[in-house]
Amino acid sequence: MAAGVATWLPFARAAAVGWLPLAKKNMPKPPVDKKSRNDEILFVNVSGLRFQTWKNTLDRYPDTLLGSSEKEFFYNEDTQEYFFDRDPEMFRHILNFYRTGKLHYPRQECIQAFDEELAFYGIVPDIIGDCCMEEYRDRKKENQERLAEDTEAEMATDTPLPPESTSRERLWRAFENPHTSTMALVFYYVTGFFIAVSVIANVVETVPCRPLKGSKKDLPCGEKYTLAFFCMDTACVLIFTFEYLMRLFAAPSRCKFMRSVMSVIDVVAIMPYYIGLVMPENEDVSGAFVTLRVFRVFRIFKFSRHSQGLRILGYTLKSCASELGFLLFSLTMAIIIFATVMFYAEKGTKGTNFTSIPASFWYTIVTMTTLGYGDMVPNTIAGKIFGSICSLSGVLVIALPVPVIVSNFSRIYHQNQRADKMRAQQKVRQARIRMAKKGTTNAFLQYKEEGGFQFRDNDSALCLKNRSSFEHQHHHLLHCLEKTTNHEFTDELTFSEMCMTESVGYRTSRSTSISSQQGLSTSCCPRRSKRRAIRLANSTVSVSRGSVQELDTLQVHKTSIGHQSRSSLNARTEDLKLNCEDRDFTAAIISIPTPPANTPDESLPPSPAIPGILRNSRCSFTHERVKISSL
Amino acid sequence: MGAVVGTLSLQTRQRRPSRDRVCDDLELSVVCHRPEALDLLEAQSNFNRKELQVLYRGFKNECPSGVVNEETFKQIYSQFFPHGDASTYAHYLFNAFDSSQSGSIKFEDFVTALSILLRGTTTEKLQWTFNLYDINKDGYINKEEMTDIVKAIYDMMGRFTYPAMKTDTTRQHVDAFFQKMDKNRDGVVTLDEFILSCQEDENIMRSLQLFENVI
Repeated sequence: MAAGVATWLPFARAAAVGWLPLAKKNMPKPPVDKKSRNDEILFVNVSGLRFQTWKNTLDRYPDTLLGSSEKEFFYNEDTQEYFFDRDPEMFRHILNFYRTGKLHYPRQECIQAFDEELAFYGIVPDIIGDCCMEEYRDRKKENQERLAEDTEAEMATDTPLPPESTSRERLWRAFENPHTSTMALVFYYVTGFFIAVSVIANVVETVPCRPLKGSKKDLPCGEKYTLAFFCMDTACVLIFTFEYLMRLFAAPSRCKFMRSVMSVIDVVAIMPYYIGLVMPENEDVSGAFVTLRVFRVFRIFKFSRHSQGLRILGYTLKSCASELGFLLFSLTMAIIIFATVMFYAEKGTKGTNFTSIPASFWYTIVTMTTLGYGDMVPNTIAGKIFGSICSLSGVLVIALPVPVIVSNFSRIYHQNQRADKMRAQQKVRQARIRMAKKGTTNAFLQYKEEGGFQFRDNDSALCLKNRSSFEHQHHHLLHCLEKTTNHEFTDELTFSEMCMTESVGYRTSRSTSISSQQGLSTSCCPRRSKRRAIRLANSTVSVSRGSVQELDTLQVHKTSIGHQSRSSLNARTEDLKLNCEDRDFTAAIISIPTPPANTPDESLPPSPAIPGILRNSRCSFTHERVKISSL
Repeated sequence: MGAVVGTLSLQTRQRRPSRDRVCDDLELSVVCHRPEALDLLEAQSNFNRKELQVLYRGFKNECPSGVVNEETFKQIYSQFFPHGDASTYAHYLFNAFDSSQSGSIKFEDFVTALSILLRGTTTEKLQWTFNLYDINKDGYINKEEMTDIVKAIYDMMGRFTYPAMKTDTTRQHVDAFFQKMDKNRDGVVTLDEFILSCQEDENIMRSLQLFENVI
């Protein structure tokens, strides 16, 4: 719950007086707040810079260092202040977070230093306000990429393979990082050389050589030294085929490899040769065959494995494809317009080149790009006028948008990234709100189950020790509402299960099979659960209050683990995903019962492993439920 | 071309009055409302200086402009009841707090209401509650108003309750209430009937004392 809302809790509780005349049951007693309610000013000394703030301000976020009792560790009795040996400049931002509820990222600070400060004070960076979130994310991503590149470079050269790696893994690694072994490097250079040889051979093939004796015509070298070129081609193709097959064998995921761009280029580069081998020397198909030989030029793209620059260029083109598309479209429009105009302007002239509108396209393109070959020129005055307008507008249409497109491309590219981030952030925010709601719900249900409403002395207050007075009071308020309406809050699982059992309507002994209970309660989708209910209608299904209680405690057990982490508002996004995939226990899970879910919590450290904690607890929770079914 | 531009600008000028009104509204909400002096409030309410200071600090932090409008109020109240939909009840509550019916709650309204609810006499509390139930503020609570209120309260419970809500739960609750409160069986509950009936009920009287140490 948002910390600022804590201010309004007293008034919400006061408004509960409005329920009193309607209440069906008696109101529960309010929690007694033993602490003194007087607000005091705290002194916080951060490396010599003294800050002062109200205690209430810090109490707004009870799951951070300054808001919880953790700050007592830093209390200096002699000077009556809290001393932190940290960066005072950064602390200003941290304290502003408490004051305003918004965390801002100072642009001049190093991202890692900022992250470390946040980690120290127990603040999750997701809370950074919208104004600074983009900057923060950008810088963080930059930093991470830089780190990843560094580690990748390190790994690529230094890290030796684990000894148990198969030859297949070693081979793949040799292909991907040629610097790792000498053999790989040799192979890398050999393939590079043969690519170059192949490309040069393709080029030289067409150069006219001195004609054979007795013939006047110049022959292209390819036809003069047919055998030599054929041998060279064969050798290259053999090497390429061998390389491709090796890569295919070594690839960890063959399907993925076959779909990748580089492998497609490889295939296209060597296919013409094989097709040529297979194809007979037929006049009809040789035309098509000649076309195929064009594809041999794709071998030059194989260089992109050897060149980082080519890869980057390819990626750039791919990413600004929409901008290029727009340029093409506007050019096409202009071309069609001017071609039409020129055609109709020149229609009357005898012997004109502008025979049709498509024929005029050539003139328009050549004029607009200011090439001006001069193979087609207008003769009429109108044609010349329009021709000059065409060339002027060509300058505008092409030269002006290009820098705009270049900068547009850069801006739109970043904007797209931001839009995705925004969408993701929105989703995260919605999910966070949902989870906060769910967390509050579960907290209250768990509170009830733990019997939090009877007055407890300090001895038995162990399970309640993690609750702030705010939570006590809020739960009291919810309890008052329950008493007013004489209905209790439950959660979705129990509710749907109760609806289910009312429709099935069998009541038998207490010992139920949890598998059937699982079947009932696992799906949120009523269709699915109805199907299961029908299947189980003949079996003994009973949900006596006791087993529902069981279910409640089990569920409470589950949620209690979730609550040992920091407040749901601070929960990371990984947690939220876990909540969604929770529903998939099936009746078929039979496995060895694991020890109760408490141990994973204690052993794992909090923040980075929060997903781990929840995951573990859920797994073991499943196991626990199955354990009961074996009775 | 100039004529086109002229007509375009004419149109925008015509549209501006509505925009001005919007701007005026914005300006209004930006202007701060300052509450009355601390001494005056202390005299008018049952709180002492320190409590008023704490209350105002919290209030000012949440609403720097000094007023709470209904939307914000609903949002705030809904956060306490994530299970269900608290907006209808928050609407009635807002009207009860906003004694001057101005459409926004100022700090004085806030303090007045809290003073009654937390430190007032039982009669005052019951009066406040009656005022809450009386939606149209005509001095009578009839069955429709009560049904609305009870339905709003049940809405806050949400869907997942134990036992499950039945269709006539609300009606039964309202009937029980009228049974108890409506002494002369005329279909409406007046303030005197209400106060009398509540004073007869020990449970209500006892629970009225519960919320005294909320601040």
